[in-house]
Amino acid sequence: MSTHRRLLPVVVLALGTGPLSAHAETITVTIEKMAFSPAEISASVGDTVQWVNKDTFAHTATVKGGWEVMLPVAKSGSVVLDKAGTLDYFCRFHPNMKGRITVSAP
Amino acid sequence: MTTRLHMALAAALILGTAGAAAAADKPTDPQIAHIAYTAGALDVDMAKLAISKSKNKDVVDFANGMVRDHEAVNVQALDLVKKLKVTPEDNATSKALSEASAAEKAKLEKLDGAAFDKAYVANEVAYHKQVNGALETVLIPSAKNAELKSLLETGLKLFQGHEQHAEMVAAGLK
Repeated sequence: MSTHRRLLPVVVLALGTGPLSAHAETITVTIEKMAFSPAEISASVGDTVQWVNKDTFAHTATVKGGWEVMLPVAKSGSVVLDKAGTLDYFCRFHPNMKGRITVSAP
Repeated sequence: MTTRLHMALAAALILGTAGAAAAADKPTDPQIAHIAYTAGALDVDMAKLAISKSKNKDVVDFANGMVRDHEAVNVQALDLVKKLKVTPEDNATSKALSEASAAEKAKLEKLDGAAFDKAYVANEVAYHKQVNGALETVLIPSAKNAELKSLLETGLKLFQGHEQHAEMVAAGLK
């Protein structure tokens, strides 16, 4: 009985986050030979974008006036998309590297 | 003989003046490897001077980036020449690059503070522009080995990135 009572809040919590996590996706962008690939992606609010740096150079994914994800050599970094819109980002170290995320409402 | 002259003329027409020089005196793969490596190493030297002299965070960050990127690409270049059993060969272009860089370095060593920062960053813009021009018109088209060509193409994107980064830093100094 007491075991049940203790389990109950956990179940409720799992149900509470269930619908969100079922829809939220992780989209991977690979960085290789000085380019984001794919350079343009579409996502929904709540999704995560993960960049995997396969170059031997450090990069960033930077939105001017917004967030910046540091991407050291052989490392990855991510950001959770919190609002709809078009995000143009670039690498601050190599501004010729550009990418775009189109975020739609959930 | 006529055919070769014709081809050289055609290349000159397609590629312009730099192409004419390249067609007349096309560098070999060992020479190309030497030029590309030298261009990177010279920029690392210049960056180390900036790191020791500058007090501007953007300039020092940029210079640290130059050391990091050019050393990384030169490690790849050395690995490749070892794998291909190519011995980089010194040549007139490498010598000219080294001499021009030494002259520029002597000028920069005499400057301090904001004057140094401005001159260093302006030189970085000009230097990367010059190296990118050589990569595009001479080195990449002349490279015979596919792996060397591919590394030079990545190098071109990297150096173009540096040129734009240097332009951004320069704009911030004004």
